[in-house]
Amino acid sequence: MERRKFIRNSLALVTPTMISGNAIHVLQDHPLLNTSLLSTSNTDKVLVIVQLSGGNDGLNTVIPLSNYANYQNARTNIALPENKVLKLMGNNATGIHPSMTAFQNMFTDGKLNIVQSVGYPQPSFSHFRATDIWMSGSDSDQYLNTGWAGRFLNYEYADYPDAYPNKTNPDPIAIQIGSLSTLTCQGPAVNMALSISDPSSFYNLIEGTDAVSANTNAGYELSFIRSIAKQTNLYTVRIKQASDSVTQQVAYPNNNLAAQLKIVARLIKGGLQTKVYLVNYGGFDTHSGQVVSSDTTTGSHANLLKVLSDSIAAFQSDMTGLEIEDRVIGMTYSEFGRRIKSNASGGTDHGAAAPLFLFGKNVRGGVFGENPAIPAAATSNDNIPYQFDFRSVYNTILQNWFCVSATAEIEILLKQFPTIPLINASVCGIKDKNSVFTKETLIYNYPNPFTNMTKIEFKTNGGNTSLLLLNGEGTVIQILVEANYSFAGTNSYILYGAGLSAGVYYIRLQNVDKTSIKAIVKI
Amino acid sequence: MSLAPKTSALGLNTYKGNWTSLHSKHLLNRTLFGAKASDIEYFKTKGLMASIDELLNVQTSALPPPLNEYNSTTFTDPNVPSGKTWVNDITTDGTINSNRRNSYKKWLISVWVGQERNIREKLSLFWSNHFGTEADTIGYGSMIYNHHQIFRNNCVGNYKQIVRLVTTDPAMLRYLNGYLNTKTAPDENYGRELQELYTVGKEGGAKYSEEDVKNAAKVLTGWRIDANFNSIFDSTRHDTTNKTFSSFYKGTTITGKTAANGALETDELLTMIFQKTELAKFICRKLYRYFVYYYIDNTIENNIITPLSNIFIANNYEIKPVLKTLLSSEHFYDTLYIGCQIKSPIDHVIAFLRQYEIIFPNSVTDYADSYFLHNYMVNQLISMGQNPVDPPNVSGWPAYYQTPDYNKLWINADTLPKRNKFTDLMIDTGYTRNRKKIIVNTIQFAKNVCANPSDPNQLIESVFSFLVSTEIAASLKASLKNQILLSGQTSDYYWTDAWNAYDSNSTTFNFNIVNTRLKSLLKYIMNLPDYQLQ
Repeated sequence: MERRKFIRNSLALVTPTMISGNAIHVLQDHPLLNTSLLSTSNTDKVLVIVQLSGGNDGLNTVIPLSNYANYQNARTNIALPENKVLKLMGNNATGIHPSMTAFQNMFTDGKLNIVQSVGYPQPSFSHFRATDIWMSGSDSDQYLNTGWAGRFLNYEYADYPDAYPNKTNPDPIAIQIGSLSTLTCQGPAVNMALSISDPSSFYNLIEGTDAVSANTNAGYELSFIRSIAKQTNLYTVRIKQASDSVTQQVAYPNNNLAAQLKIVARLIKGGLQTKVYLVNYGGFDTHSGQVVSSDTTTGSHANLLKVLSDSIAAFQSDMTGLEIEDRVIGMTYSEFGRRIKSNASGGTDHGAAAPLFLFGKNVRGGVFGENPAIPAAATSNDNIPYQFDFRSVYNTILQNWFCVSATAEIEILLKQFPTIPLINASVCGIKDKNSVFTKETLIYNYPNPFTNMTKIEFKTNGGNTSLLLLNGEGTVIQILVEANYSFAGTNSYILYGAGLSAGVYYIRLQNVDKTSIKAIVKI
Repeated sequence: MSLAPKTSALGLNTYKGNWTSLHSKHLLNRTLFGAKASDIEYFKTKGLMASIDELLNVQTSALPPPLNEYNSTTFTDPNVPSGKTWVNDITTDGTINSNRRNSYKKWLISVWVGQERNIREKLSLFWSNHFGTEADTIGYGSMIYNHHQIFRNNCVGNYKQIVRLVTTDPAMLRYLNGYLNTKTAPDENYGRELQELYTVGKEGGAKYSEEDVKNAAKVLTGWRIDANFNSIFDSTRHDTTNKTFSSFYKGTTITGKTAANGALETDELLTMIFQKTELAKFICRKLYRYFVYYYIDNTIENNIITPLSNIFIANNYEIKPVLKTLLSSEHFYDTLYIGCQIKSPIDHVIAFLRQYEIIFPNSVTDYADSYFLHNYMVNQLISMGQNPVDPPNVSGWPAYYQTPDYNKLWINADTLPKRNKFTDLMIDTGYTRNRKKIIVNTIQFAKNVCANPSDPNQLIESVFSFLVSTEIAASLKASLKNQILLSGQTSDYYWTDAWNAYDSNSTTFNFNIVNTRLKSLLKYIMNLPDYQLQ
């Protein structure tokens, strides 16, 4: 007999009691028995995290038109023709890859934003380590066993998973599509994301199909254990119901990412109160042949970006059609960007900072941050330095989307990171911070290039101010200034060339939540 | 999908096919509580017959007996000091015995985990379950210890001898009220179970009568337990009348005997019972269900059970020839039976500890911490439904006899998550006592099971072929490799680089990168329903 049927049939008979040591009574008012709890008027906010595995080539995704000559010079064999780069409405300095027409439209609609040069101070060029850093939200020399979203969800649901699901929280609090749980949602004790450890994978669950067992006695016993495993997962019934309840969706393109996002859309609309969904799309490790040399707007990287842009656009339009776009945003990320200079095999090697995308009705459209500074003669070691710490993006989502208090930030992110005004301020009723972005030049140095010394002048509005020196690889090598100024004004710092080898360096200014980057050259 | 159990037409002829690690693992899964990678390799090298000879040879080093590890700030055993064995101390004190019963269970775990390369512990559990006594009912620690030592010492010996020893074993006299069985107030309890559960059984045409039960009880009157916990025969309580049995026993009469000779009637009773061919078949069916598969139809009955019982009888109820024939048969190695048993909780927990070669503190020199950590395993077994040496009743655990479900009874919506939680916990955080930790060493495990763990394909193949016996879809292996070992990357060398980086420079960072991925991989595999089979 199926467990649910058994429970129902047993209600009249079973008063709160123990059967074979199992407290059956708790199941009497188990939320699974009440399908009406699936909410149709849910107001919970949802985050969809789109992981792009492999390290996406940010420079060929978001193109610095204002610095096109240096860009073209650094990657002659893969550079996108200036006239093919898609323009962004109201922004002449920055464009996006020609295959991302869907993103271009979303940008026009104000449902897409671009955050430039996201990274961290000591970038790791290892896929594994960099992925762990992004997922855990750690410093690069710090090892965390928990994920940033896991700590957030643990903060919200401290008692998970004991006595879950329950009436207040009948649904998985996070879902990893594709069944394998990752570090992102790992909490202090357990992984907060549902992973269905049944070989009849997530898709089988949604489709209602079963895995095939071998025609042996082992296969016979196995199908029995699988049936129990399915009943055992208290969430499977709700997931199936939520998924089945959605009958009308927009057309999605036929690819793996779109398939995942389509399921996410069904589950959100179907009434699950799940807060975080994780989807994954791989293949961004483009060391060679990322473009077709006869037409650099085509090739494997173009295909990846087309899938990304078309799939997310379909998802966004589905959100609109399903009338849930008010409460869903998404972000993309990749473990790192790629090198400024392309290699001889028509590809790019592991790099440092890269742009990421936020999408949704409640994100603030636009480009946030400056175009990356590309040296006139980039060498094969040169990287894009980070303008925004990736944890600033996380913190923005926590504080300005999930409306987590600033005090909780320390508990979740373990440090303070300034927020960026990426999300409509009205969501959490916060003060508009658009003043963070300014066309004003905040850093100036002379001479540049320099040999013996250069004088760096930087503007501050007062308050916490740091001036960092990064090498060409994008790694912080020296803290030049760290101060809390009482007054606004221009300050200066003399940087001596002794001890610095010739090459590109970057000055990164952070004044409270304003950031700026300037490339300098030692000769 | 397979909807019903299947029967192999292969019989008891010796298996002549290739002897591979798959066969070695299958044999060990059924004769040990799980195997280490080195065990599988060892017996693979030995070949079939030499392996079986070694597994059936249980002449091994004596076990250090269970100790007083239970003295505490609130309780002190007045008779046995801390760290000394209690098995020879006679006491009826409830608190002391309660502690000793628990001590026995913890000790038992350590014996199972540390078992040598032979069938003794697996087969002793079979006999313990067959003569399903409950430690909780027997009560006295020393009796419980001695009762189970009968099985440990005679597991591959003579079955008639085992029944004889059990019949007047103080623990059994206590458990089935034999010590209260007197000529004025006969107690039929043991006389019934002796026939129904221990010898001829009820199935397959055994038609002993209720009179036979009463007469067997009369034969057995007079056995008592003295103050030193020895069994003695008290002729004043013995029924000296003649006992005439039914036609099932060919109308055999056991002549009533007086004084000390009354005890000889017990041997005559067993001689009479052991003339029934039903007995050999009954035991052979039970052995078949324990070592091969529970499903027995006419084909199995004719091809396996009958010839096996003939061997049993022809060898005067010696157990070893029966097992040797069964375990070396082409039937035993038919792919239909590879991996078809659902693990008992004992199989699940102990096999886990052995497969991962979990190292406990020494149970003699560091007994306090050792027993404490072993107690955690006892509690796991209890929560999963198999309290060691405390089966639910005289029939043993239902999963070993209850038709038609048999071992399916171990798995339900309560116990399956507990099994998964246990393996998750042992991989993730382990269990700690006084800073002594038992936890899976993922990297050592990878090295143990795989010759070249830096190759993610070989690693996944090796881990699967070591941990499960079923066919795993190539797509699942590919997705585990891609999503876990490669963290979504498409090139194998990212795992290879990470492994080699750790291998050449074991910094915490390098360790963590490899360890977190191995943990995820192993947890995933251990949570597959396939891992529940052996």
